[in-house]
Amino acid sequence: MSTSTVEEKKKDAPLGGRFIGATSNYIDERTSLSGFIKELGRKVFPDHWSFMLGEVALWSFVVVLLSGTFLTFFFQASMVETYYTGQYPLMRGIPMSAALESTLRISFDVRGGLLVRQIHHWAALLFVAGVGIHMLRVFFTGAFRKPRELNWVIGFVLFILAMAEGFTGYSLPDDLLSGNGLRIIDGMIKGIPLIGTWTSFLLFGGEFPGTEIVGRLYTLHILLLPAILVALLGVHLMLMVINKHTQFAGPGRTNDNVVGYPMMPVYMSKMGGFFFIVFGAIVAISSFFSINAVWHYGPYDPSPVSAGTQPDWYIGFADGALRLVPPHLESVFWDRTWSWNILIPLAVIGIFIILVMFYPFIEAWITGDKREHHIAERPRNAATRTAIGAAGVTFYAVLWAGASSDLMATHFWLTMEGVIHALQFLLIVGPILAYFVTKRICIALQRKDREIALHGYESGRIVRLPGGEYIEVHQPVDEYERWKLIAHENYAPLVVRPNERGRIAWHENLRASISRWFFEDRLTPVTNAMLDAGHHDEVADAQHIAEGKAAEIAAQEDKKH
Amino acid sequence: MAHDDGSLDDGRSFVPSTGLAVVVPDAPTAPALPPHRERVTDKDPAKMRSAVRTVYTWFYLSVAGSIWAIAAYMLFPIEDGRWSSIAENNMFIGIGSAFALLAIGIGAIHWSKAVMSDVEHVEHRHPTRGKDATRELAIEAFSDANEDSGFGRRTMIRNSLFAALIAFPLPGIVLFRGLAPHGVDPVELLEHTMWKEGMRLVKDPTGTPIRAADVTIGSAVHVIPEALTELSHHDGYLDEKAKAIVLVMRLRPEDLIQAPDKVDWSYDGIVAYSKVCTHVGCPVALYEQHTHHLLCPCHQSQFDVKNHAAVIFGPAARPLPQLPITVDADGYLVARSDFQEPVGPSFWERH
Repeated sequence: MSTSTVEEKKKDAPLGGRFIGATSNYIDERTSLSGFIKELGRKVFPDHWSFMLGEVALWSFVVVLLSGTFLTFFFQASMVETYYTGQYPLMRGIPMSAALESTLRISFDVRGGLLVRQIHHWAALLFVAGVGIHMLRVFFTGAFRKPRELNWVIGFVLFILAMAEGFTGYSLPDDLLSGNGLRIIDGMIKGIPLIGTWTSFLLFGGEFPGTEIVGRLYTLHILLLPAILVALLGVHLMLMVINKHTQFAGPGRTNDNVVGYPMMPVYMSKMGGFFFIVFGAIVAISSFFSINAVWHYGPYDPSPVSAGTQPDWYIGFADGALRLVPPHLESVFWDRTWSWNILIPLAVIGIFIILVMFYPFIEAWITGDKREHHIAERPRNAATRTAIGAAGVTFYAVLWAGASSDLMATHFWLTMEGVIHALQFLLIVGPILAYFVTKRICIALQRKDREIALHGYESGRIVRLPGGEYIEVHQPVDEYERWKLIAHENYAPLVVRPNERGRIAWHENLRASISRWFFEDRLTPVTNAMLDAGHHDEVADAQHIAEGKAAEIAAQEDKKH
Repeated sequence: MAHDDGSLDDGRSFVPSTGLAVVVPDAPTAPALPPHRERVTDKDPAKMRSAVRTVYTWFYLSVAGSIWAIAAYMLFPIEDGRWSSIAENNMFIGIGSAFALLAIGIGAIHWSKAVMSDVEHVEHRHPTRGKDATRELAIEAFSDANEDSGFGRRTMIRNSLFAALIAFPLPGIVLFRGLAPHGVDPVELLEHTMWKEGMRLVKDPTGTPIRAADVTIGSAVHVIPEALTELSHHDGYLDEKAKAIVLVMRLRPEDLIQAPDKVDWSYDGIVAYSKVCTHVGCPVALYEQHTHHLLCPCHQSQFDVKNHAAVIFGPAARPLPQLPITVDADGYLVARSDFQEPVGPSFWERH
């Protein structure tokens, strides 16, 4: 009797207790939030380790925001000359800008300040790296296909913004290295035809280095760029929710569903937990490894520079592009200077960026496939795309290596000229080589998958039949594993047909030849008939072994008698 | 793959093109979800209890980490300015915070993996394209609005609005002209440095003048104009220095290849070249004594001092500008004039 009344009372009480219930009611009556929770609360997310890479980027950006906000309370974005009077003896009394002075104060005169500075820098490095790796995942699994092309472009803009944030932040302390970085940017801007001189003049508020640039970069770094970045990040995530996450092919997973764990509670705890893992890893790195030791470099002075200086990693490719230009590339036309040694690397990087940014549209034009794709492809199953990606990665990697050409020369006892010439050669040949090697590897892996799907995997069990014949027993894979091997799209090259006026448009011819390049080397799609035939092979094998065994037993029986 | 029922889904009549995709009539279909496999924590209540213990232990350990970080803030002061104090402060606060954060993360993820239900959910995916009825209503909304406003019909209103909207941000953009001072021509500034006739070459940064007799063969001296030493920071010290820095080197006079019109730009084998790289402006600070080559550490351009600092390797296009020098009555090195061409990286109006 008494227990039942208790249970009834429990039923009456709202979930989480009366206070939570009343609060939720209050909020819902004013915001309709319950609809939102109903839609998103149990939204399903698919699970795969590679889907975590974007989270690395997201969470390290949150760490950048948090640590950066702390730094703004102490940093002085001013180039007014002052003297450092703080604790660190080696810098005391040296004239420097307020920017460097406050950076040194954060590092040496605010407890934990150095830690936050290092967290900010390490998190920024990880942020750009996370974005890059996430982009590679999206590219190589074809997750940029319809309906996610626009989100790819937004993501790419985020990547560029991340690099811009990195560079503006790197320049703020006004130390020797950051000043040299700005000197290089100034030199590049001046090389741009028509607008270069004036752009530099306006940017620096007069001559280089002037007394304005740190304040201006600060506005970009903490206001303008982050505002755009956060807004685009919001759109990026919103589109991810609208499109729902892609998933890899697997049992029960089709293009029309999403299989995984619900937002609440599993992903809330997994993703939330992962935020703390990323944050904790960054703090751990920052407690043990120093980064951007501005106190070694001292204030910016146009005269000294130390050998072996490197930009932050994500600017390396641009610096490398500058280094790989052959000598004497400058000319005078119409009484104006054309700095090809600046324009060529800028154009190469620009074209590379445009190709990467618009790749989804290029591939969509070639395939003409207007369907939605929600199954992430295994890289091997899109051999040409994977090969293009490998070529692009190689191209980027050679440019990146270019930024360390001097260090490679000194560390490996090579000549500076030899390293540069080798990299110039690799910049052209490397991507071509990477393309062909990758494509062949992908097709070989496809064939291997096909063999396993149709004929089973090699069990390693060798059986000797009575007739002296050796066979290896192939074990069939179960239907779940097999589905992962055979579930992928197949495309065939375009066969051009004349239109109603009997003509073949030039762009259709172009599309046909590109599609041949894309899809010429391919395996025929798997059919049920092929699977059955493959299965028969296995059955036949088993029968063959069984018959052999039976014959052997019979022979032994014969001997006994 | 199962594209089969996507097209006619939920009131959408649009059938997307398959393009070059091969549609296989006899395609295998995906097997259904495999049966759920229970974890040890699902089967064994003792294991579940231990997993729960693990989770809350991590969370409590996290609290301990945070407390340690606060304690470290107080226990490791940095006010003595010793490097080791700063390193310890950084490390011990960091270890506490890192542990506190990682422990929350490990606890939460262990919670979701070992304790929370791991039954997979299936959610239907609707095509992104709106339903036919929705799209019709959207078009209707636009067409009604167009009808009501006359936006499509009254082209004068529409086009004049476009013109106004394009024009209105322009004043704001013009205001940004104020980023750089008026009445100053950047090209004019880039063409001149502080150097002028009779100005002494002094060492950077000490400001001591240089006697020609003291410059030995094979040495390289980093030089600034004497007047720069009197310039203060807010008078543009760095701006002037960025253009005026010079390297002075002495070679055996017979090693120098000298153009006839530049014979008197050097003094007894002593030559002075701009230290600003003609590529993108880094200081060309590395001098190789026995070859008399200058190397820019930023992008590895190399210049041959024997031959008018001509480019022999790297991305630079032009030789380093030479500063004409001589000696004054006291034997000190002085400039004969300013540089005869703009120093530093190329710019559009340079020629």
